[in-house]
Amino acid sequence: MTEAEQPNQGQEWAEADEAQLLEGLRRGDGQAFITLVERYHGTLVRLAMSFVGSRATAEDVAQETWLGVLRGLPTFEGRSSLKTWIFRILTNRAKTRGAREGRSIPFSDMWTLEQEPGETAVAPEHFQGANDPEPGHWRQAPSTWAAAPVDRVLSAELRDTIEAAIAELPASQQSVITLRDLEGWSALETCNILQISESNQRVLLHRARARVRRAIERYVQAAEEAT
Amino acid sequence: MSHASLTCRELVELVSDYLDLALTDTQRARVEAHLEWCGDCTRYVDQMRRTIVALGLLRPAPPDPATITVVLEAWRQSERR
Repeated sequence: MTEAEQPNQGQEWAEADEAQLLEGLRRGDGQAFITLVERYHGTLVRLAMSFVGSRATAEDVAQETWLGVLRGLPTFEGRSSLKTWIFRILTNRAKTRGAREGRSIPFSDMWTLEQEPGETAVAPEHFQGANDPEPGHWRQAPSTWAAAPVDRVLSAELRDTIEAAIAELPASQQSVITLRDLEGWSALETCNILQISESNQRVLLHRARARVRRAIERYVQAAEEAT
Repeated sequence: MSHASLTCRELVELVSDYLDLALTDTQRARVEAHLEWCGDCTRYVDQMRRTIVALGLLRPAPPDPATITVVLEAWRQSERR
């Protein structure tokens, strides 16, 4: 069976749903496998980057994942979705590799909330204290971010700023924001893949977004001061 | 949570869930009541909304074509049983 035996299948495969892909894979259709790789490889690499030190290593882990998928396919029972299964393989491999690199990747719910209980979205000093006129209110109005079109076109510099901010996030926050905001996947899928609770996922996402917002804020402030 | 109105400091901790429609009806109502009069927090929520949009604009690097070759070869090997 070769992929050349299916002319004009490219477009159809691109729109195939999971059930069709799985059926194709089990039939030994190489085109189904190529489609799967094209669909998910980029995201596998992005997610791996949450756990490992370099893009090259992330690429390595993603390739290993595909080999793991091939090995595991005969016994895949479909209890989870194919996507969840593939990304769980990736997550486990990436964490293992990260640990081997000496990166500490604690991931239990308890660790996340106990080690960083005090992380607030905005530092307390931005708000008025008990002795100020309006306790709990902003000291200074947040910027309108008029100096940079943050949500329309990303300049190379802003892109770099955001990517650097993401790269600095702890693995738990980085993996959540990658799946939820970079990829746009649902909370349910994210929790299934990373095997964390829904409430933990929300806390991690909240903190990750807050850190990225601060990085953009610094960037915009620099742009404002330059004008 | 108390029934007193939210301070800005409390509100910023709810913004992520607010934008994801993950708050209870009561919490959402309190956030919206605060935003009605607080221009500062309205700006903050706007910043956060735009942050999330910006994250979605980051396109991943395209997969290395060599990768497709490598994994496809592994596929062929596994098919030759």
